[in-house]
Amino acid sequence: MAKEALSKGTIYLLLTLGAVFMVLPFLWMISSSLKSPNEVMAMPPVWIPSQLNWDNYSEALRIAPFDKYFINSVIVTVLSTIGELLTTILAAYAFARIYFYGREIVFAVLLGTMMVPSEVLLIPNFVTLSNLGWIDSYKALIIPWTASVFAIFLLRQFFFGVPKELSYAAKVDGCSEFRFLWYVMVPLAKPALITIALLKVINSWNAFLWPLIVTNSQEMRTLPVGLSAFTTEAGIKYELLMAASSMVVLPMLILFFIMQKYIVAGVARTGLKG
Amino acid sequence: MDIRLNQLTMQFEEMTAVDRMTTTINNGELVSLLGPSGCGKSTTLMLLSGLYKPTSGEIFFGDKNVTRLDAEKRKIGMVFQNYALYPHLSVLKNIMFPLRMQKVPKKEARERAIEMAALVRIDHLLKRKPAQLSGGQQQRVAIARALVKKPKLLLLDEPLSNLDARLRLEMREEIRRIQQEVGITAVFVTHDQEEALSISDRVMLMNAGSIQQDSTPQQMYKKPVNEFVASFLGNPPINLMTVERMEARQYKLENSAQMVLLPERLNHERVRVGVRPEDLYLTDKDSGLLSGKVLHIETIGRDTMIRLKIGNTSVRALVDPKHQLQTGDICTLGADRDNIHYFDCDTGERVNVEKEAQGDADTADVEEYA
Ligand SMILES: Nc1ncnc2c1ncn2[C@@H]1O[C@H](COP(=O)(O)OP(=O)(O)OP(=O)(O)O)[C@@H](O)[C@H]1O
Ligand SMILES: [Mg+2]
Repeated sequence: MAKEALSKGTIYLLLTLGAVFMVLPFLWMISSSLKSPNEVMAMPPVWIPSQLNWDNYSEALRIAPFDKYFINSVIVTVLSTIGELLTTILAAYAFARIYFYGREIVFAVLLGTMMVPSEVLLIPNFVTLSNLGWIDSYKALIIPWTASVFAIFLLRQFFFGVPKELSYAAKVDGCSEFRFLWYVMVPLAKPALITIALLKVINSWNAFLWPLIVTNSQEMRTLPVGLSAFTTEAGIKYELLMAASSMVVLPMLILFFIMQKYIVAGVARTGLKG
Repeated sequence: MDIRLNQLTMQFEEMTAVDRMTTTINNGELVSLLGPSGCGKSTTLMLLSGLYKPTSGEIFFGDKNVTRLDAEKRKIGMVFQNYALYPHLSVLKNIMFPLRMQKVPKKEARERAIEMAALVRIDHLLKRKPAQLSGGQQQRVAIARALVKKPKLLLLDEPLSNLDARLRLEMREEIRRIQQEVGITAVFVTHDQEEALSISDRVMLMNAGSIQQDSTPQQMYKKPVNEFVASFLGNPPINLMTVERMEARQYKLENSAQMVLLPERLNHERVRVGVRPEDLYLTDKDSGLLSGKVLHIETIGRDTMIRLKIGNTSVRALVDPKHQLQTGDICTLGADRDNIHYFDCDTGERVNVEKEAQGDADTADVEEYA
């Protein structure tokens, strides 16, 4: 017993230490976002601002159109997530349940593409899109991200686990294949779909390199790109930069707190970090 | 609606799962498909349902050829071994599902589902999800779902195999009750002979894709058409031995000096003799069939089972426990001539002696029916 308590204590201690290290930068960011310009650079560092300068936020918003960036980010995230869910559901169902010639080979090739580092694809994708004339548009920000082999793989495995008799029963009941997919398979796959959606939202919200490359105008920037541009625009005004960063991170934090249960389950399921 | 199968065949690559099956299932009958694992029972059911399409042969529902008709158009209800309930839907929604797929208005679908739930006695569980039900209850939901659209044919694939012994007994009576109450034609797949023999009007015993015998349960038990049927049915299994003729009705057990006295004169020099353990009784030497040394005695319920060693074969018999027997005793067993079955050594087909038994035993020669 004593030994168990000890080891449990040790585990909690380590976990707490880890949590503190993880949380510290966030706290520092929020704290700095409310400081006056003097306090930001003060040595030794000041943890609690003597006065809460909420103006930093409105000032940041005045210098750069973060509201516009925010809207762009929301549009891109929502649409690419919906798009990915749609393509994933259809493709996973086809690969799991519909027999067509060469199915396994096609799927193997798809899986093979996962081996290609995404950075390698950056240039060819850019060239393709610029030939299509999509650069600096929502299309460029959204459409290339509406399919994910990994998500298809994940959902296909899930679909494999659904007993075949269920689709037989549905067929006997007069349910078409398409209806079966939406009325039975999709509700059953809800946990897997939530995992896929959450991973997608997080990735999409934080995406930086691609939006940076395919957007030129300020109107098309997403939050991470806007934030990066802001570093130059705000110069050395760290308190404004921190205020802007807080605004970018906040929605993700809220999402995390609401969906914590699913995110933890999802990460455990996929063995990936979010 | 009668259901007629004509030379129905289903081939999976090299494997012939159902082999030229021809039979008729009469309206309102409950027919069991019985047979060892892998003999093609499920495949036959899938063919009847339309989920599989046969390689060749035809299926008629009444006068209509439905061979190429899809499952949803055949007006059938099906119950699967694992029930296949929709896990995310409540019991009520599960039962309503087939009706909703047929675009029956919600209110009517609801009423019919509740009515059906009452018939299978689960109307108090309508709000639950399948995971919150016991196996027997899930089974009832599956039956209700299969019956709610008023199908012409009910197909059940080993519906009881996931239940414990007591529940299985109860549910098989329930299935019979529901089937008769609704008056529906039903095909029931099982590999449990007792189940098949107890609930069905007719049993089709299958082996390796083809029907071995298609008859009433009693007939199948009393007059097995071949050695496979004889050995498949019955527990403890039938005693089978090969004998060779010495003279007249005197036969000798193959590979031993043991004599066997048959009550008939057969045309066969060599023949397989089958007697069920429960048809053997202790008797005196003159009227006996065979005799041997008691190897083993055990009590099974009300009966005593003895195992005799006769030559190289052992023979089981269920005898009256009032006989005081000891292992090592020599005893003689007899059987009524109606209970002794003969099978051809090569084909395994039944060798019939009924006609001869009625006529003059000395003059009439043995007639055979294969
Ligand atoms: N989809 C399939 N593809 C290939 N072979 C199959 C397929 N389905 C069944 N078989 C083969 O056909 C034969 C009959 O199978 P079936 O499922 O009808 O047996 P069964 O009598 O229902 O057995 P059990 O009592 O084990 O359920 C088996 O040898 C099986 O391996
Ligand atoms: Mg089967």
